[in-house]
Amino acid sequence: MKFKWWHGALILALFLAILSPLASSSPDGLEKVAEDKGFIDTALETSYNIIPGYVMPGIANDAVATILAGIIGTLVLFGIGYGLAKLLKAKDEA
Amino acid sequence: MHIPDGFVSTPVAAAGCVVAAGCIAYAVKATNKKMGEKQIPLMGVSAAFIFAAQMLNFPIAGGTSGHLIGATLAAILLGPWAGVLIMTCVLGVQCLIFQDGGLFALGANIFNMGIVASFIGYYVYRGGAWLFGGQRRGKLVGGGLAAWFSVVMASVACALELGISGTVPLSIALPAMVGIHALIGIGEGLITAAVLSLVLATRADLLELQKA
Repeated sequence: MKFKWWHGALILALFLAILSPLASSSPDGLEKVAEDKGFIDTALETSYNIIPGYVMPGIANDAVATILAGIIGTLVLFGIGYGLAKLLKAKDEA
Repeated sequence: MHIPDGFVSTPVAAAGCVVAAGCIAYAVKATNKKMGEKQIPLMGVSAAFIFAAQMLNFPIAGGTSGHLIGATLAAILLGPWAGVLIMTCVLGVQCLIFQDGGLFALGANIFNMGIVASFIGYYVYRGGAWLFGGQRRGKLVGGGLAAWFSVVMASVACALELGISGTVPLSIALPAMVGIHALIGIGEGLITAAVLSLVLATRADLLELQKA
């Protein structure tokens, strides 16, 4: 298979996923406002968990667990985005 | 800016879901006629890149972090309606698989970071690129500004939802959310301009797909 531009783009996305353990763990903008203004406690726990907090459960090393979660998410979204676009195009041609 | 369940009231969450569902249905209709051969992998890598980039929180002032939303980037590359669809995929996966953003708040999150951010980003980019001459510099400046505005306007929408829900008075939520996201938006602007510059250097034709 010939190397196409979007192969490079997907590799770049996977590279970013590998960098994910370097991300800042400070609260994000909304969380910070919620803490400062005193409504952080109104947040409800989720009723189920699959890969909560972008950390793959059952893996002792946090960095590895985060990278794995990142790679899974990146590949899943590539598949969904690609598949959806293909579906939208196929309908058009039919 | 992912809203967890509990931050917004049931009526606000329900309204968000209804509006988001309507927009997604229209977005499917609107993009159905436009999806060309080049757009298929572009939509896949856009969704993948936005997800990965959203994991990379960067620190901003005062013990706070921010991350890319990416709606402006998606809307510039594929148009605002495809941008809505891409953001819906990203936010949906983050909610369902990664428990980021509440299940009932998903509609509100799609509204803020998908619909508001895509459309603000797209039209500010078009205006900015035109204002600054349409060439490379115009596209980068326009894209950066558009990204900043998209984050700030998404934070306004989020503050309104918190205010209407009665979680926190709007007079408190609005300045706090806009203030912090005006800083996070700078990061969004820089990342968006950097990615656009990379696209211009390698596959400039991808930026012409939206010239209808």
